[in-house]
Amino acid sequence: MSTLEISPLTILIAAIFTNNILLSHYLGMCSFIALSRRLDTAVGMGLAVTFVSTFTTGLNWLIYRFVLAKGALSWLPGGVGDSVQLEVFTLIVFIAVIAAFVQVVEMALERYSPAMYQALGIFLPLITVNCAILGVSLFMVIRNYGFLQSLAFGFGSGLGWLLAILLMAGLRRRLRFSTVPRGLEGLGITLIVTGIMAMAFMAFNGMVRIQ
Amino acid sequence: MSRNLGILTAPIWKENPIFFHVLGVCSALAVTTRVSNALVMGAAVMVTAVATGGFVSLLRPVVHRSVRLLVEMLVIATFVILFDVFLKAFAYPMSRQLGPYVGLIVTNCILLGRAEAFALKNPVWPSMLDGLGSGLGYSWVLVAVAVFREALGAGTLLGFRVLPDGAQPAQAIFLPPGAFFLMGIFVWVLYEVRRRSR
Repeated sequence: MSTLEISPLTILIAAIFTNNILLSHYLGMCSFIALSRRLDTAVGMGLAVTFVSTFTTGLNWLIYRFVLAKGALSWLPGGVGDSVQLEVFTLIVFIAVIAAFVQVVEMALERYSPAMYQALGIFLPLITVNCAILGVSLFMVIRNYGFLQSLAFGFGSGLGWLLAILLMAGLRRRLRFSTVPRGLEGLGITLIVTGIMAMAFMAFNGMVRIQ
Repeated sequence: MSRNLGILTAPIWKENPIFFHVLGVCSALAVTTRVSNALVMGAAVMVTAVATGGFVSLLRPVVHRSVRLLVEMLVIATFVILFDVFLKAFAYPMSRQLGPYVGLIVTNCILLGRAEAFALKNPVWPSMLDGLGSGLGYSWVLVAVAVFREALGAGTLLGFRVLPDGAQPAQAIFLPPGAFFLMGIFVWVLYEVRRRSR
């Protein structure tokens, strides 16, 4: 089956369960480990990641398709577009789009919804360097997704990340009351629990398959 | 001179970016299925870290504080793109295998973290050394994890068979849970060693 035939719904479900961006592609680990200590920060960051990843994937798709991709500029008059190769700049443009989007959202929130800004504001700057967001955009290019597929992938990946960090925050709350070997405290036990979670998620593998 | 040596060696063990600062864990898990992948990825981070360290430090007098993050990101992205293009041109199969993870060096917190914490405040030469040290500290962990994963999962090292005949490689170590468990155990051992050595 070629990539273009996969329905966006399949991609959405796969991105949440079987191809979870964190549990099977290891993306967004830094903030996952740092912010899963408390439930409220986990929710805030998870929601922010979902929101930003959905929109930046869409934006990046449009920019890639109509500006950056090979032959994308052929709509320019006079054949100028054929001689321009912008694919090299993909990475820099994606990062710039993500950073700019985050900045705009932050300003808009601060102006129009101070309550939301209070809740999510501090997480937004962190997102620019969250590799899950850039990773989703890069995977979208590598896998050659269409527009709707990309949106579904961005949204699903965000939800998957939210689910993973929520579960982890819940688990870590319980972990506080258990005795962990000294050397495993913090990073070590978090990695091992993530491994068990990844194992549990592998049970979904037969459900849908995208790659 | 001894100060420079300290700058170079601190991130290798005492201040190891992966273990003791929890930076760059993503790629440490993702590309360690083969030792060769880990070597290339380590080289990528080392080269870009040295280049960014030097360049960010060089730009100190001309860049205003308010735009420094933007400038740092641009510098990092430029060097990562250069390495990516180099890899595509001279080692295409490797570039395919590493997939998006080379590009993701842009968001690797080690680079931005070191640029912010060190290169912004120090001259060019120490900044480059700091980049080299961070790159080395990152690379040896990657290679060490990859040695275990390749030997246990495929029974090979850099493509040569190391497991005795008849021994069955455990492919589970290539799967995500295997990566998390192995990394967890690695962290455990290193934290214990560090605790005891104090």
